[in-house]
Amino acid sequence: MSHDPSGQVAATAARRRRRQPVSIVQVFAELLLTAGVLIGLFVVWQVWINNEISGATQYQASEELSEQWNAGAEETAEPTEEPGATEPVVADAPKADQSFANLIVPRFGKDFRRPVAEGVGFSVLNDIEKGMGHYPQSQMPGEIGNFALASHRSAYGGAFHEIHRLRVGDPIYVETADGWYKYIYRNTEYVKVTGIGVIAPVPQTNEDAKERIITLTTCNPFYSSAERIIAYGVYDSWYPRADGPPAEIERIAAEMDE
Amino acid sequence: MYRAIFGLLPGPLWLRIIFAIVLVCAVLAALVIWVFPYVDQLITPQDVTVQE
Repeated sequence: MSHDPSGQVAATAARRRRRQPVSIVQVFAELLLTAGVLIGLFVVWQVWINNEISGATQYQASEELSEQWNAGAEETAEPTEEPGATEPVVADAPKADQSFANLIVPRFGKDFRRPVAEGVGFSVLNDIEKGMGHYPQSQMPGEIGNFALASHRSAYGGAFHEIHRLRVGDPIYVETADGWYKYIYRNTEYVKVTGIGVIAPVPQTNEDAKERIITLTTCNPFYSSAERIIAYGVYDSWYPRADGPPAEIERIAAEMDE
Repeated sequence: MYRAIFGLLPGPLWLRIIFAIVLVCAVLAALVIWVFPYVDQLITPQDVTVQE
């Protein structure tokens, strides 16, 4: 057994292999492997990376809206003479795709806030800065009837990821340029994709509205669009912007975080 | 194919390994910044709304 000659043979063989022209079968196999890896990466990107980026960007957009409204309010408004005024301000419907409100739900997370834009098309729901939409045929915040929203359950920021965790009595705040509307979570319902009754002025009826309702609609189960999970809230109170944000929001969020 | 691309890279082995890592990172960045968002619009997205 002499090591030297066999070593040389192996070295020349390796050199020859490196020089060999690339075989078509091998290129094809490597392309297929690459395609598999790319598809895997795309799924990781869609449900994880893009979800995180969208969530953070939407949060940021929501904070900027608040700052704009605060700046605008400082110039014009003066504090209301009667704190706890009973009738909430109802704004005019915004233009399509325009962000006009923020949704704040302490149960969804200590710092959970997302912007709400007009319309429920993909230009809103799949947008990195929007993500949550208002059904244009439904009513506005504080208006008698139903303020109905849609967002993704998972991916694209997945604003309603935790919708199944809401408990009776949980507050749901809607912030607009005018102030804060507080709704109280009432119940959850599972419906088919065609269950448009949930966004009616009085959900699932043809009656005329007497109450103010908020409706959150999203997908069920996770990572599927087979059915819809619906969460309802009932209007509770109204805080004009001039009086500042409800002090309780931070306290409630801290309590829920424990 | 990948062996051939690696063979095309200049320099000693350690430099070629660094080049290879940089290339892979550049491809990943291009995927995340341009390719994936574009593909995402093309494929039918999941609808989450209630509708008739």
